[in-house]
Amino acid sequence: MAVVATETQYRVLAVDDNLLDRKLIERLLKTSSYQVTTVDSGSKALQFLGLQDDQSNSPPVSSDQHVINLVITDYCMPEMTGYDLLKRIKESSSLKDIPVVIMSSENVPSRINRCLEEGAEEFFLKPVQLSDMKRLKPHILKGKYKEQQQQEVLQNNNNTSSNNNSNKRKAMDDETSREMTRPRLTSSLTVL
Amino acid sequence: MAATALREQLNGLVNSMFAEGLLDQQFQQLQMLQDGSTPGFVAEVVTLFCEDSERILTELTKLMDQALVDYSKVDAYVHQLKGSSSSVGAQNVKLACIQFRQFCEENNKEGCVRALNVVKHEYYRLRSKFETMLQLESRIQAYENKQQN
Repeated sequence: MAVVATETQYRVLAVDDNLLDRKLIERLLKTSSYQVTTVDSGSKALQFLGLQDDQSNSPPVSSDQHVINLVITDYCMPEMTGYDLLKRIKESSSLKDIPVVIMSSENVPSRINRCLEEGAEEFFLKPVQLSDMKRLKPHILKGKYKEQQQQEVLQNNNNTSSNNNSNKRKAMDDETSREMTRPRLTSSLTVL
Repeated sequence: MAATALREQLNGLVNSMFAEGLLDQQFQQLQMLQDGSTPGFVAEVVTLFCEDSERILTELTKLMDQALVDYSKVDAYVHQLKGSSSSVGAQNVKLACIQFRQFCEENNKEGCVRALNVVKHEYYRLRSKFETMLQLESRIQAYENKQQN
């Protein structure tokens, strides 16, 4: 059976408090064929990702039902820095597999290492260049692979007839059913 | 054709800005990002830069006028301006901001006052060339629109 592969449109959430930089990163991303959503703060980013302050484990779907494949954020922002945002994302069970890239106008090795240690995929020095956009795809694909792996694990666990750990199964059932009801707009190649 | 002459004028202006150090390579990046689907991109970014810069310069002037200068606030604004100028390719403005931040760090009032003047000087010098650039661009656009009709 022939499967038609549609061009997968990945969506990037760009976070920067500077309007000019937001315009720039938006154009860079769109030129590189990404769908883009821009927000001007870390807290708005978390809202968009479905993570309210109460740290509820809601799936990473925004109010208009878009899945985010990568977050690119400025480091220096008032109130919540890019590092704080990164931490919140990595601490969230529903969001931790979303790749995060940090941008900064300052080349501070300790800052860079801190971010990488916290789970940032990469660190871009501003001003971000068109050539930097090419470095995003591998991280997006890795994120999607991790996501798929997680789903497979959940499905396998549900399929096993004997399951000693009933508590674990219950938790996974909840998560699986939530995953299934969540509308997924990203197309993926399914081999039947 | 009039549009060609205008284009030559525009290119000449932009080249001279590169030569004088008013603009750096980053501006070329912006030009690369402008295409058929986004003909107004450079104009939009330049306009945003000017609006943002003037807002910041106003705040900086106020802050420097205080008897007791709040250097951390001053530094925060200069950091913003440095970021914007870096993003748009405004080299001289960016360099002036870097100098300014040095003086902020040292809490050097006199140095800061001088640095602010340099930033303003570089910014206004750039702005007048940007204005000419945008005027030329819109005249060229007008010609090209007429051609298409």
